[in-house]
Amino acid sequence: MSQRIVIDPVTRIEGHAKISIVLDDDGAVSDARFHVVEFRGFEKFCEGRMLWEMPAITARTCGICPVSHLLASSKASDEILAVKVPPAADKLRRLMNLGQFTQSHALSFFHLSAPDFVMGWDAPIEERNIIGIVRANPELARAGIRLRQFGQEIIEFLGGKKIHPSWAVPGGVRSGLSREHRDAIVSRLAESYETTRAALALFKKVVHEHRDDVEKMGKFDSLFMGLVAPDGEWEHHGGRLRFQDARGEVIADQVSAQDYRDHIGEAVQSSSYLKSPYYKPLGFPGGMYRVGPLARLNVCDFMGTPQADAELEEYRAKWGGRAVSSCYLYHYARLIEILACLERIERLMDDPDIHSDHLRADAGINQLHGVGVSEAPRGTLFHDYTVDRDGVIQSVNMIIATGQNNLAMNRSVLEIARAYIDGPEIPEHLLNRIEHGIRNFDPCLSCSTHAVGRMPMRVQLIDAGGRLLDERSRD
Amino acid sequence: MSVRTLTIDDQPVSVEEGASVLDAAKAAGVAIPTLCHMEGIHDTGACRMCLVEVEGIPKLLPACSTTVQEGWVIHTATERLRNYRRMNIELLFAERNHVCSACVANGNCELQTMAYSLGMDHVRYDYCYPRWGMDLTHPLFGMDHNRCILCARCVRTCWHIEGAGTKNVAGRGAGSHIITDMNQDWGDSATCTWCGKCVQSCPTGALFQIGATAAEMTRDPARLADIITARRKKEWNV
Repeated sequence: MSQRIVIDPVTRIEGHAKISIVLDDDGAVSDARFHVVEFRGFEKFCEGRMLWEMPAITARTCGICPVSHLLASSKASDEILAVKVPPAADKLRRLMNLGQFTQSHALSFFHLSAPDFVMGWDAPIEERNIIGIVRANPELARAGIRLRQFGQEIIEFLGGKKIHPSWAVPGGVRSGLSREHRDAIVSRLAESYETTRAALALFKKVVHEHRDDVEKMGKFDSLFMGLVAPDGEWEHHGGRLRFQDARGEVIADQVSAQDYRDHIGEAVQSSSYLKSPYYKPLGFPGGMYRVGPLARLNVCDFMGTPQADAELEEYRAKWGGRAVSSCYLYHYARLIEILACLERIERLMDDPDIHSDHLRADAGINQLHGVGVSEAPRGTLFHDYTVDRDGVIQSVNMIIATGQNNLAMNRSVLEIARAYIDGPEIPEHLLNRIEHGIRNFDPCLSCSTHAVGRMPMRVQLIDAGGRLLDERSRD
Repeated sequence: MSVRTLTIDDQPVSVEEGASVLDAAKAAGVAIPTLCHMEGIHDTGACRMCLVEVEGIPKLLPACSTTVQEGWVIHTATERLRNYRRMNIELLFAERNHVCSACVANGNCELQTMAYSLGMDHVRYDYCYPRWGMDLTHPLFGMDHNRCILCARCVRTCWHIEGAGTKNVAGRGAGSHIITDMNQDWGDSATCTWCGKCVQSCPTGALFQIGATAAEMTRDPARLADIITARRKKEWNV
């Protein structure tokens, strides 16, 4: 008899979702789905508002990565004003994005994901969270929390507050960096490097000892997409789009943000509020692509900073060159990116432009359409606005990183379920692994953090006729 | 000129005949919350924030537009008034679409400050979510009807300080709204002098400078007060 297993809600991710796994008559996994069960409506309710409000409104999409929306929105608005932002504003926007990457990646690694592989898949639910890490390894927990704080402080120094700063605006930014804050950033760099290196050493040990997880935690072929600089360097804010296939071959390069619709289609599935973008030339669902740290490290030619480049070399040599395909290695890529961010932050600290007071270009409505693209911690983020001649928003399209990973997340869940489920017995640690399969992507569903601690999880076994066969609850 | 003597919150106070309860309260050092009141323009009692209780009169009276009478005993901070003010501010928020986080006036808004001071932590009434539009046709200034509380300070400022008479109120009840000239786009107005005094007078983010982003709109009502004082004292040589 076929069965349906439902994990609801999925915990330690940002947002609300559930997973369902369908077993066939023999108890083998026939399908798996990741459902996002929340609805936001930003694209609709922004209609009728004015362009200058868009960075502040869209930043509210997310409490973890408001900076990403702020920056993508500002870039789309720059296009509509048809201005070139002053060099200092561009550098400061980059600095804030680097702070954002650091804090968000640290949150994903230390707070949300590390509990699984530090405490172990079989550890009781009470222990598999950041509080458990505080008990088991207080130094690691403290260092992780401080690394996140470091990233958030950069955001606060620039924008006046850690969350939802209304700082990046159409045409530039509102304020510069004070020398006092610059010194404060410099003083925290050494510790941040140390924490990141320790985390890298920890994760290398984890994958060395549990190589099986690398193979089974969602390893499959897909395309990859991310921004790269004109010379192929890793990018996080400027540059253009590059698409790469599962063998690491570039299939589209230096694609302008304005042309994204020629390359990306968006499919809607009735099982989820999350749309499923795909690479248009290959159609749906064959055009499945991944974004985020794993994809960015695959598509770039080099990182552009010494420590990150050394790590990239080692990572590529060991795990698949330009086509690293295991979702479990998202964590590894995330840590290399933190290192790259720290090096770039350090470099910016010696740039005199960061104290400039020429921070904003001013203009009226010069174009009626603008697309802004920027890398968010979880992947490439698009904001696409159409306005009327007075600057009133007529239509909005936002393509969020997590959406672009939707097909891959579904595939990942399916792969993990197939790898670990065999027969009608569903051991707890297997469900934990499936849930972690989603955490690999660090999905940001509603864009607000979940509470730490015991979250209820309901697992239902339902037969083909919809009859509840069994139910287990964690709360 | 004769004098009126009365009591406000147990304090005796004497004011000139014809003074408002708000003037008397000010003389007594008693603060009464206001939104539609602005120094230099006449009062209309539109917002009802300044309601007070007068012993012997069952109705609540607006302090800004009620003339004091001899011997009145006035209370400005009773439980009944606190309830009504709280109800009133919640209704102002429920009536249109006030979203502080994305508003140009966030942090510089009299409505927001009033809500904080009255301890408004939520709104007990259903929001109306009306579909009001924006007028961004003027090259310098914009009007967002969603944020308007119909205090009509802009109208009175335009008529009585600038003297242009561009702004008016049209419609009735919940359909009331601020218009420009004969209900035209602001950018097409033949009477607007582009002085921006209406923008300075607005207590919320309803009137703003084009290009202002969230929390970026600051105002200086003292500029309007300076104009009025100079005019009254004939400080200008014209």
